[in-house]
Amino acid sequence: MNVDLTEEQTLLQSTSRQFLDESLSLDALRHRTPNDIALVKDFWTHAAGLGWTSMFIPDDFSETLTSEPVLDLVIIAEEAGRALESGALLECNVVAYALMAGGSDATKADLLPGLADGSITASWAFAEGVDGWSGSDTTAQATADGDEYVLNGVKTTVVAATSADYFLVTVREDGELAQFVVPRDAVGVTITRLDALDLSRDFADVAFRDVRVPASSRVGTKGESADDAVERQWVLAITLQCAQMAGMLERVFNWTLEYAQDRYAFGRPIASYQALKHRFADHKVWIEAALGLSTGLTESFASGDPDVAELACVAKAHVGDKSVEIISDCAQMFGGIAMTWEHDLHLYLRRATVDRVLYGSPTQLRERLCVLVGL
Amino acid sequence: MTNVTTPVSDDELEDVESFTARARAWVLANLPEAVDNAQARADHEDHVKQAAKARRVQRLIFDGGFAGLLYPKEYGGQGLTRAHQSAWRELTSDRDIGCLSHFKVTHGIMGPTLLDFATEEQKKSHIPAMLRGDELWVQFLSEPSAGSDLSSLLTRAQREGDVFVVNGSKIWSTFAHISDYAMVLVRTNLDVPKHSGLSMLFLPIRSEGVTLRTIQLSTGSAEFCEEFFDDVMVPVSDMLGQENDGWSVVMRLFFHERNMVSGNSLNDQVASGVGESAVSTEEELVTLARSVGKDKDSHVRQLIGEALVLDRLTHPTIRRVNALMKAGTLPPPGASITQLMRTLSKYRFKEIALEVGGAHVVLGGPDDEIGGHGHRWLVARVGTIAGGSSEMQRNAISERVLGMPRDPSPDTQLPFREVLAKRRR
Repeated sequence: MNVDLTEEQTLLQSTSRQFLDESLSLDALRHRTPNDIALVKDFWTHAAGLGWTSMFIPDDFSETLTSEPVLDLVIIAEEAGRALESGALLECNVVAYALMAGGSDATKADLLPGLADGSITASWAFAEGVDGWSGSDTTAQATADGDEYVLNGVKTTVVAATSADYFLVTVREDGELAQFVVPRDAVGVTITRLDALDLSRDFADVAFRDVRVPASSRVGTKGESADDAVERQWVLAITLQCAQMAGMLERVFNWTLEYAQDRYAFGRPIASYQALKHRFADHKVWIEAALGLSTGLTESFASGDPDVAELACVAKAHVGDKSVEIISDCAQMFGGIAMTWEHDLHLYLRRATVDRVLYGSPTQLRERLCVLVGL
Repeated sequence: MTNVTTPVSDDELEDVESFTARARAWVLANLPEAVDNAQARADHEDHVKQAAKARRVQRLIFDGGFAGLLYPKEYGGQGLTRAHQSAWRELTSDRDIGCLSHFKVTHGIMGPTLLDFATEEQKKSHIPAMLRGDELWVQFLSEPSAGSDLSSLLTRAQREGDVFVVNGSKIWSTFAHISDYAMVLVRTNLDVPKHSGLSMLFLPIRSEGVTLRTIQLSTGSAEFCEEFFDDVMVPVSDMLGQENDGWSVVMRLFFHERNMVSGNSLNDQVASGVGESAVSTEEELVTLARSVGKDKDSHVRQLIGEALVLDRLTHPTIRRVNALMKAGTLPPPGASITQLMRTLSKYRFKEIALEVGGAHVVLGGPDDEIGGHGHRWLVARVGTIAGGSSEMQRNAISERVLGMPRDPSPDTQLPFREVLAKRRR
């Protein structure tokens, strides 16, 4: 997030924080039961009312898509990360962005008003297999059949799939990348909820078996432009994810620092021990780097920087590793209490551990960086 | 105290466009383009040659009317703005002026400290000479028994009328053997607490009674020096600031040092570390991986990916931290955040080179393209020790940025004489 917020952005930040404080309780996450999507739905309608899902959706759908709203959206994402937001802020915005970029008039008219007011939620069915977070991992197929397309394949690790009304599905058509919108209740769609480590969001595998969709549900054209569109969606996902993770990391850090100031051992606050002070100092360095990278990536995405994918790899590789490492060390500094079910720390550690691999793990992204610099 | 000068009046200030046009013409006519990197590195090793070249180039720039862009005109500077300085840095970025890193301490730290504390006469005597390339200045601060805990230094300056008689020794002064003047932090009062009895003097390095030795590092390179003072006479008129207020001077000196490291100083060249390669680390590691035939090895690629991440996160982080400090959200010791980030990263690059190169980097000469990595590794720790050790940066971040309790210092309130007495017991 940028250091120099405008007056409007400061207001956006404070209203977002207030809304999250009032409507989300970490305790509710802890006692959430499987398939309890009511919590998500109710929260989401209110969030949409605050404009969380309409950043990329203009009043007139024929307007050209711009990426600048991401500058405001990351402010919400950072707050959402701090509060372990349980909706699908990232996924709904990626789908809205994709539809504005390439959706047919019919799809835009059907979906965008609902996405904007929160009555519809959507998610991106992208990954395949284990950790297949790249367009080249895509094997799901779309085959033309008269006026329709027939989709087959299995998408994995789809976020908020149990509550999503629509999926943006990345597939291959004649060997080339293409994208389609599919309603969850289409015949042949099977959603299998996963028992994920993260309690704040739900994840599922989504299978498409001879699912028939009209030609108008195609998003963009196949081939090179689909490669570009998928890359752009991925960078947007990473941008929002890094903002969320950086926000979460900063919150856990500040909370642990407060604890260390209050907790006494051997007659003095544990914050006075150099063994801990130096660890806090190191964490501070890498958290500032995470926040700086988040800002840099956001600005690169907003301005259409051609090297933005490289920065996305850098940001996620850093934030992904450091968030797990630092939150885990915070647990060490809290001591035994952080190992209990009632303590909130594990809720953050759970989410960070999943986020670390979601949309690409640091290991994958370091390899991708090597490829990007020509190695 | 100001560290950036503003021109006397706006109508006298040359606009940046016209300055840039004038500077471009001069730079192209007078400063040759940089030679290739391998040659630049070999030249860099010869410090005596480099320093002599630096003096010539600085004189050329001074005569051209481009020296000390942010320094006041009355002391030989140009009285211009950061925008002019940025334009100059951009124009000279591909020129063969790497040697000017020998002036970064003089122009980026020593000159600004003189501007803050020197008398009019002291400024007139030395600042124009610094900008003309005639005077290279260094700092004599650390001592064999006082590094991180600088204020416990032992070098004594006994006042006898209008002179101080200096006895003691200093260490880790960079390039003192090819410099002209030094600021020397000395103890002038033993009967007050350690921070309150210090004064800042300056002296010609080749004064009578000063013995200077270069220190050979484990790689054989000699950038650092040590000095011994035997009844060195320094006139009281060569004191900076007030007697026994040397700690204020050195705190300000450190402020200028941090600014120089982050590129915000009165030094007109982008400050690279002296002795640092002009080649970027990323390119070096990629070249190394190819040279040893490991560029397809997945473990090696992970390590290079890690180096790329550390390299690419530098600028966004510096930008953020500087903005937070400017906004007052972070206090000035926030500069330790970027300093620690850079020194840890640079250390890690050298570790990675060692791992990527395997046996090749430990079985080659210091001038070999591959073996050089092994030799640079030997002194990789210089970066995490010199200019404030990583431990001191961590103390600064935890205590002065995060507000964690300070470590107890049993000696800060005692007269320094008693501190010494306790040590001997």
